[in-house]
Amino acid sequence: MRRLLLAALAATLAELSGVALMTTAVWLVVRAADHPPMAALTVAIVAVRALALSRGALRYAERLAGHDAVLRYLADLRGRVYESLLRQPVRRHSGDLVTRLVSDVDAVQDAVLRCLLPACAAGLVGAVAVAVVPVLAIPVLLLGIVLPAAAFAVADRHLRALAPLRSRLAERTVGLVHGAAELTAFGALEDELARTGEVVADIGGRERRVALLTGALSAVGVLTQSGAALALLASGASVPVVLGTLAALEVFLPLTSAAQRWAEVRGSLARVRELLTARPVPSAGEELPPGRRIALVGPSGAGKTTLLARFVTPEARGALADAHVFHTTVRANVLFAKPGATQDELDHAARVADLDLDWDTVVGERGTAISGGQRQRLVLARAVLAAPPVLLLDEPVEGLDPDHADRVLAAVLAAAPGAVVLVTHRLSPLAHQHFDEVLVLEAGVITQRGSHAELVAVPGYYRDRWEDEGITRGLSAPA
Amino acid sequence: MRDPAVPRSYGVLLAVVAVATAVLVLAQAELLARLASGGDGIALLAGVVGARAAVLWGQRVLTQRTAATVKARLRERVLRDAVARRGDRAGAVSTLVTRGVDAVEPYLAGYLPQLAVAAVVPLAVLLRLAFADLTAALTILVTLPLIPVFAALVGAHTRDRTRRQWAELSAVGGHFLDVVAGLGTLKLFGRAAAQADTVRRMATAHADTTMRTLRVAFLSALVLELVATLSVALVAVPVGLRLLGGGVDLRVALLVLLLAPEAYLPLRAAGAQFHAGAEGLAVLEQAAVVPAPPATATRRPPDLGRAEIVLEDVGVRSLRGFHLRIAPGERIALVGPSGAGKSTLLALLLGEVVPDTGRVLVGGVDLREIDRTAWLRGLAWVPQAPTAFEGTVADNIRLGGPDATAAAVAVGLGDLLEARHPLSSGERQRVALARALARADAGLLLLDEPTARLDSGTEATVLAAARALSRGRTAVLVAHRPALLAEVDRVVELR
Repeated sequence: MRRLLLAALAATLAELSGVALMTTAVWLVVRAADHPPMAALTVAIVAVRALALSRGALRYAERLAGHDAVLRYLADLRGRVYESLLRQPVRRHSGDLVTRLVSDVDAVQDAVLRCLLPACAAGLVGAVAVAVVPVLAIPVLLLGIVLPAAAFAVADRHLRALAPLRSRLAERTVGLVHGAAELTAFGALEDELARTGEVVADIGGRERRVALLTGALSAVGVLTQSGAALALLASGASVPVVLGTLAALEVFLPLTSAAQRWAEVRGSLARVRELLTARPVPSAGEELPPGRRIALVGPSGAGKTTLLARFVTPEARGALADAHVFHTTVRANVLFAKPGATQDELDHAARVADLDLDWDTVVGERGTAISGGQRQRLVLARAVLAAPPVLLLDEPVEGLDPDHADRVLAAVLAAAPGAVVLVTHRLSPLAHQHFDEVLVLEAGVITQRGSHAELVAVPGYYRDRWEDEGITRGLSAPA
Repeated sequence: MRDPAVPRSYGVLLAVVAVATAVLVLAQAELLARLASGGDGIALLAGVVGARAAVLWGQRVLTQRTAATVKARLRERVLRDAVARRGDRAGAVSTLVTRGVDAVEPYLAGYLPQLAVAAVVPLAVLLRLAFADLTAALTILVTLPLIPVFAALVGAHTRDRTRRQWAELSAVGGHFLDVVAGLGTLKLFGRAAAQADTVRRMATAHADTTMRTLRVAFLSALVLELVATLSVALVAVPVGLRLLGGGVDLRVALLVLLLAPEAYLPLRAAGAQFHAGAEGLAVLEQAAVVPAPPATATRRPPDLGRAEIVLEDVGVRSLRGFHLRIAPGERIALVGPSGAGKSTLLALLLGEVVPDTGRVLVGGVDLREIDRTAWLRGLAWVPQAPTAFEGTVADNIRLGGPDATAAAVAVGLGDLLEARHPLSSGERQRVALARALARADAGLLLLDEPTARLDSGTEATVLAAARALSRGRTAVLVAHRPALLAEVDRVVELR
């Protein structure tokens, strides 16, 4: 903050030096035309040279102090923004979130350096100018308030219209890149590109139209500046005052574009503020007795995953449906579950989860460089390595062949040291592994509960599915 | 600047604007000096001021409209390129298409116009001053080149840094996307807070490198500033002294004083825009891509009802010397451990993957020689991890064919036709099945683990859909469920 104030002060003095330099130089020339004794000019000559030096030095000080202050602040802000995200429920549109983190925070830099600092400096220069020549209040108000306000209004309206288009563009871009193969296969790639092209054209059209208005505002600024000097000249003001006025009002010209920029960054500032002040969403997980093993079964959409999420506590770890594979090596992807784990521990986890990837393989964005089954076993190896008091598994062996799946799941369960909650649609693991209780979930409600033996003994969803699986188990036997 | 997205006439128009600006700058200084030294012509001066405002307006409109046009062209090009290349990082592409491309605007609408003015105005000022006061003209002539020389030195220094910074920014973008997308997982493992330190550390490191660059960049800006202001002092003081001695008259002295800063101003302004300009240029280069060669395969696909599909000694990714013969109308299930190449096989048939060795033959014709669009039109594909595209469920299903409703009902999505993203992964799977169902005239069905994330109850619905899909057409199914094996004629095992 102190550095910022320093920067504002340096900026003001730099501008004043510039104005004083021009005024003094003109005064010097005009005075010299009267052929006074040389001594009458000495002070002015020294002043001109001093002002010329001080302007450059002050500007350098301003830039360095301003940027340093803002960049340090930004580094801290990025961390704070991320920490606020931590306290929020995870949102789905990750593309949006990244835009926020990167550009919203960057926008803070522009808000300070390109809007606040110039506005401060112009305000102070304006105050000095009006104090010296009161009639300058009119152009100062016009250039300092009216024009920036108009520029802000124009830019604000423009951006409001643009914002939804931009987020649609971002969304479509992610869809296009991720779904390129599907769109190609269904012959819809050109259509989708064309529809995205319409969004692009819409953005371009709006930008072209608004250029007319913003250009006009800059022109009015120059007219006001020169007009004020002309009016002073016509009313018989002295030449140094007239040219000093031109120089002083020059300081105000960048405010029009600063106001436009302010309109651009305002949304970012508001979003950052909103994120930083958002109330943390409390998450209260359900405690499980140590070592208890529970299975959740039921039709898809019955709420198994939602119920599983209720068991998420600070000491729970696992392989959930939305498990993310980071764009890095297999090792880093597994190791983060237990930083500092030894190579032996890692190898053990890989053996249990039957993960046969090289530790240094890079998995690609969202794990696209490895197969679906490998991805799943990687996620499992991570959960095994964590060896948590509560292990949460959501269809952990979904993509594997049944035999393979059963083997891997058995190994993972055998290695689990604590409580386990397993979501599965295949019932055979429940028959062969020990579970204290199986919960049957239908349409968000628990309709049956008990052990496997108890559940197959009574009519209901569980017994239906068990018999169903019996048929297919017979089919798969020869393969 | 030679980028084809930038209109050819742009340079000429910028030059015209710069010349007009130069003429008006000279006229304004001339008239102002005459008026201030007791002459007349205030109406003329007002006219010149008006003309300057008009030229400024014209310049702004021209440059910003051009920038908007170029940005639109670049966006389209980047999108097409990313889609053609596949496997690109969606985060990085998204950053480039939305925010990245905007960096071109300061270059096109700020730096280039300023460069044109900087090339013309100082020259015009020098010429005029040479006739008015040779000493002043010579002073400026000697000091003026210092500005571009310094600008070039600084430019060379900051250019590489800016480029690296841009590369770093897209890496940070990718990193953030990854970290944020995995926030749920990080939280589950209690690692999200630890990652916050990484985020902070990276940001601080970024600030440090930027400050190092800026200290040098600003130092040179200081030199530029000093050259310009000192030159005014260098011109003003001697002129004043000569005026005192009667060497020049007041009008000329004022003209020199008014014109001297105008010689430096455009160069300094161009220098100030250089960094923004360099960033824009880096983006232009990043967006400049070699256009993909147009598809040359033109053979019409054989009738899939009669053509045999043969994979002949195919080697790509995990497949090695792979043979497979699929009779017309035959339904095949692919089984085998994950990573054995089941999905790769489907990608081969889709033409997404081209074999490194061997061939894929359809009715005796190499798939590479067949017009891909026409070939794909005869295919129905259910991918392993379907993408949900913007729009309703019905819109997504309609990618396959016009009858979205019947297909949606068949997979139990009848009530969700108007639903939008976000869909659950199970719903996305069903949308993909419906999309394939809607493609009623497909001759070849490619199904990749269609029942993943569906329980056995829903699986029955899906099995019925799969049965309907594979009836009367060739089908290649990647299967993990025994239930699906009952639907096929032959099981092929990959290892």
